[in-house]
Amino acid sequence: MSKNTLYDKVWDSHKVTTLPNGQDQLFIGLHLIHEVTTPQAFASLKERGARMAFPHRTFATIDHIIPTLSQQRPFQDNQAELMTEALENNVKQFGIPFFDTSTNKQGIVHVIGPELGLTQPGMTIACGDSHTSTHGAFGSLAFGIGTTEVGQVLETQSLALNRLKVRRIQFNGLLAPGTYAKDVILKIIHILGVKGGIGFAYEFGGDVFDAMSMEERMTVCNMSIEGGARIGYINPDDITFNYLKDKEYAPKGEAFKVAVKHWKSLASGLDARYDDGLTLHTQDLQPMVTWGVNPGQSVGVTQMLPELDSFSKEDKKTAEEAYAYMKFNPGMSLVGHPIDVVFIGSCTNSRLSDLREAATVMAKGKVAPHVKAIVVPGSQQIKKQAEAEGLADIFKAAGAEWREAGCSMCLAMNPDKLIGDQLCASTSNRNFMGRQGSPTGRTLLMSPAMAAFAAIQGEIGDVREVIG
Amino acid sequence: MSTTLKRHFFSGTAVPIEGDDLDTDRIIPARFLKEITFENMGNYLFHDVRFDSQGKPGTHPLNDPAFKDASLMVVGNNFGCGSSREHAPQAIMRYGIQAIIGESFAEIFAGNCKAIGMPAVSATPHDIRLLYQYIYDNPRKKIDLNLTTKTVHFGDHTIAIDLPESRRSVFLEGTWNALELLKSNEKRVQETAKKLPYMTGFA
Repeated sequence: MSKNTLYDKVWDSHKVTTLPNGQDQLFIGLHLIHEVTTPQAFASLKERGARMAFPHRTFATIDHIIPTLSQQRPFQDNQAELMTEALENNVKQFGIPFFDTSTNKQGIVHVIGPELGLTQPGMTIACGDSHTSTHGAFGSLAFGIGTTEVGQVLETQSLALNRLKVRRIQFNGLLAPGTYAKDVILKIIHILGVKGGIGFAYEFGGDVFDAMSMEERMTVCNMSIEGGARIGYINPDDITFNYLKDKEYAPKGEAFKVAVKHWKSLASGLDARYDDGLTLHTQDLQPMVTWGVNPGQSVGVTQMLPELDSFSKEDKKTAEEAYAYMKFNPGMSLVGHPIDVVFIGSCTNSRLSDLREAATVMAKGKVAPHVKAIVVPGSQQIKKQAEAEGLADIFKAAGAEWREAGCSMCLAMNPDKLIGDQLCASTSNRNFMGRQGSPTGRTLLMSPAMAAFAAIQGEIGDVREVIG
Repeated sequence: MSTTLKRHFFSGTAVPIEGDDLDTDRIIPARFLKEITFENMGNYLFHDVRFDSQGKPGTHPLNDPAFKDASLMVVGNNFGCGSSREHAPQAIMRYGIQAIIGESFAEIFAGNCKAIGMPAVSATPHDIRLLYQYIYDNPRKKIDLNLTTKTVHFGDHTIAIDLPESRRSVFLEGTWNALELLKSNEKRVQETAKKLPYMTGFA
């Protein structure tokens, strides 16, 4: 069993009691909600006339269903309009702060939590969305929950949970030009597999994560769940504290100093004990691209797609299905393969640094005539900043569409969707069959720089040709 | 606790859904999540692999009359990976399934199954293969899942299942919906909150 890790310290400080079935009841410090996974939970509360335990510890936004072309109300999609109205009514009735578009703070829930300083080290954070693991970048225990559990948090500010094991993932070395946080996490998932993390929280440590900005750390923790780990986190350090300083909901003045001292004490100790560990090095790390239908099915961009014989018996069948669905063949190279759509955005890669990386590459050319490229900032604040520093102009001049904030083409709950079997170079987090809105649509996951390069080349390429 | 919530024995025919890493987008595509109730979710189960773009049923176990009215589902490895959408287990339950037997389950999915009172139990790959074969050979024969003895019985076979004790006990006792239990500790929740520095603004 792990000992003296951040996971253990935060868990223990939030433990209310041990329940009769052996699970722990854990206090939830921050509850983030959005329109999709909450209406049924609120309906149940209202039906029973129940109240919220800590209404000021829940914060709401709208992201999944919101259109990114025009956000004028009522939305054209009647279902989207009804779902939005349901959220509006619920936050009003229960007195929950709501970052809607009129506040200029709306955005993807995992982008605005950190941006507003709501996300802080040492918290337990829950949200009805699996990518809640993103917030672990701050040294919090953050995880996705279902709608019944959302109801439990609303009503009791706590959950019944099983303690996870902790796996330390040490990544040493420097990131070479053209390789990014996205490549780091895709590599980790490739090595440990999409189910390798079941039952584990991942603690990311070592040179690579130490050197990362908070935005890069968020990209890594965001995709922990794609490796099966419900929680991923990085110990808080000066980079974390500097990011939080002066953020709207972060403690100010003397309280900030007290907070920093407390946050430092939460980091895993030198004597921390882990249930498992893995050490990697950046020396062979290439820009990564997925070729299959789960985020573990990836290669370095210059590598050939794996032969079927290279898979274990149990993974071979999944690989065969993936090849058939993606219309790729073992042994082929993705370099030079034409693409139809480019999507830059999502809770994985829609932050300012992502847009800067993409703009640096897109400035070197024009979006290929046969390619539709959309760039979707993660929040209204990011949109404003990106416009102020000229990034939006670069995208538009290159021929990409510059959109309003939202989840957009990551998951097909809004008008942004693939058509037919279009092939999409995407900075999102899931390449599942049909994920981007067409039952036959195909997704290649990669970094923002790689996606931007694909846009101007009209095909998959190695972004290191123009970076570095 | 109410006896009607106790769930220890399941007996019925089963539908085999083979394949590993069957993600929640496949179980229920996101466009169906736009409804604000779970009511219709059963209609959308595995929609895009069951029906073509014209809505015509294709070859899928759920379209096969042999497995009609199944109340158990048998699945592979890492079933339910991906999103936290409770719509996925809700769709399975509302389709008429009462319990899932598989090689392994994604963490959030398994938690959601527990929360809605539908056990998701594991068995070895060998035993799952045996179970698939039995169902193909005897689609109308009943299979028994017994949480008390932690076994599945079919034909001449009895296989062992794995289910964390913390999950098994709540099905046996009828306390799988943790809400009342969590609520009963309200005072202790308040006390825990008071001790957390961020709850008092680090004052």
